[in-house]
Amino acid sequence: MQVTHSDTIIELQEVSFSYTNEEVIKNVSLQAHRGDYVGIVGPNGGGKSTLVKIMLGLLTPQKGKVLLFGKDINSFKERYKIGYVPQKTYVELNFPITVEEVVSMGTFGKRGLLRFTTKSDMEKVHKALSEVGMFSYRDRLISNLSAGQQQRVFIARALASEPEVIFLDEPTVGVDVKTQKQFYNLLRKLNKQLDLTLVLVSHELDVVAHEATELGYINRTLEYYGDPEEFLKGSYFHELIGKGGVHA
Amino acid sequence: MLDIFTYSFIIRGFEAGIIIAVIAPLIGIFLVLRRYSLIADTLSHVSLAGVAVGLLLKVSPLITAIIAAVVSSLAIERLRLSKKVYGESALSIFLSGSLALAIVIISFAHGFSVDLFNYLFGSIATVKQIDVYIIAVLGVVVIALVLAFYKELIYITFDEESARVSGIPTKFINIVLIILAALTVSLSIPIVGVLLIAALIVIPVVTALQFKRSFKETILTAELISIFSVISGIFASFYLNLSPGGTIVLIALLIFVIVLSYKR
Repeated sequence: MQVTHSDTIIELQEVSFSYTNEEVIKNVSLQAHRGDYVGIVGPNGGGKSTLVKIMLGLLTPQKGKVLLFGKDINSFKERYKIGYVPQKTYVELNFPITVEEVVSMGTFGKRGLLRFTTKSDMEKVHKALSEVGMFSYRDRLISNLSAGQQQRVFIARALASEPEVIFLDEPTVGVDVKTQKQFYNLLRKLNKQLDLTLVLVSHELDVVAHEATELGYINRTLEYYGDPEEFLKGSYFHELIGKGGVHA
Repeated sequence: MLDIFTYSFIIRGFEAGIIIAVIAPLIGIFLVLRRYSLIADTLSHVSLAGVAVGLLLKVSPLITAIIAAVVSSLAIERLRLSKKVYGESALSIFLSGSLALAIVIISFAHGFSVDLFNYLFGSIATVKQIDVYIIAVLGVVVIALVLAFYKELIYITFDEESARVSGIPTKFINIVLIILAALTVSLSIPIVGVLLIAALIVIPVVTALQFKRSFKETILTAELISIFSVISGIFASFYLNLSPGGTIVLIALLIFVIVLSYKR
């Protein structure tokens, strides 16, 4: 498949957002293109998760515009093009649900109301599970898996809708270092081999800066957006360390 | 043939009871997993106010109970979404408010105390043929709606935020669920009574959850427990001359205790 990196997948135009009176996101503009692996980093409370929720349409900004695939988010209907791995450090232990049942949720949005899951949906579910190496766990209860395995299942759920972009909000919280490494390898594979656009929110600046192709540093305003190498080399990084703003 | 089946009111009781036994856990599983099982209690008290209105106006109390429960369920959801009060406070307001209304209507029109007692604790003798028809029709509606929105109901119960991202109309599905809860609660009144409905909706589901199986298997287990409790409860109450509502709930509770101690 030919990947056109000039296709704009996400565009924010001078977006500001406040929960109460104080703006947590101030005048942010950015563009992410097809095939990009965007890392969003920044201090706690800097607005990383808020920014992603705005991109997903879960929060509506007071000012500015959000475009997905070139369309205003309010009129954007092709939601199956978006995969989402939410911040979930803890899966409800009593929830009686198998890995396969969780991943099949990924197909629900595309299928639409009053439509049953079909055989081809289940094929997508199995393909997504194989993609993340969790196929043999399909009949296990999600609550019986380790945090790293649960995270893979949530990625499979996002993949099951055959998306063009996947948003991940702090996916490695509560996962040990070895598992984290495998996790980043998986993301790299999805980005490179499946040409998926990725938007990854993380507090691990050092790791993300080496994985992502675009890096956004947000602390209310978008203080940097561009090449991660430049960010690490440039004065931004050292200034931020000096200010104590970086949580590496 | 057992002599129990020679009484037509017992047959009506079985018919209505089995339909309710089927729909109660079907709604209950979503309410329990969303930590929203208290709504069953609230809606049952709202239904009592509806029953009182029906007895006062001399129309079918089942119909007035259904109307009261459905209208209030929408109001509760609206109050909860307005974020002016906490979710459980909204439930408390409706629970005590409708109980107060019921008491005032009862004191205003004293004279139906015996009937009212039946609605409080359930009585198979209260179930009229028309009630069986209403329960059957609306029972089928509840089952059909749960099947129609099954995948959306699972998704919003497990992870409402991701469901919204994937384009599922979460507000609409939440309203569907709360209306289904209202229908289930008000339809169950003639059999188990206002004060015991919540038990029928919650206990079989909580028992089934102890087995830690898939979502589908959990629903099926809850169904089996619920249907068994209702059928054996009606039998036991007939031969031992006990209150059917109380007997049904005690059997369900006994199964819960056995499963809990066995699974420990």
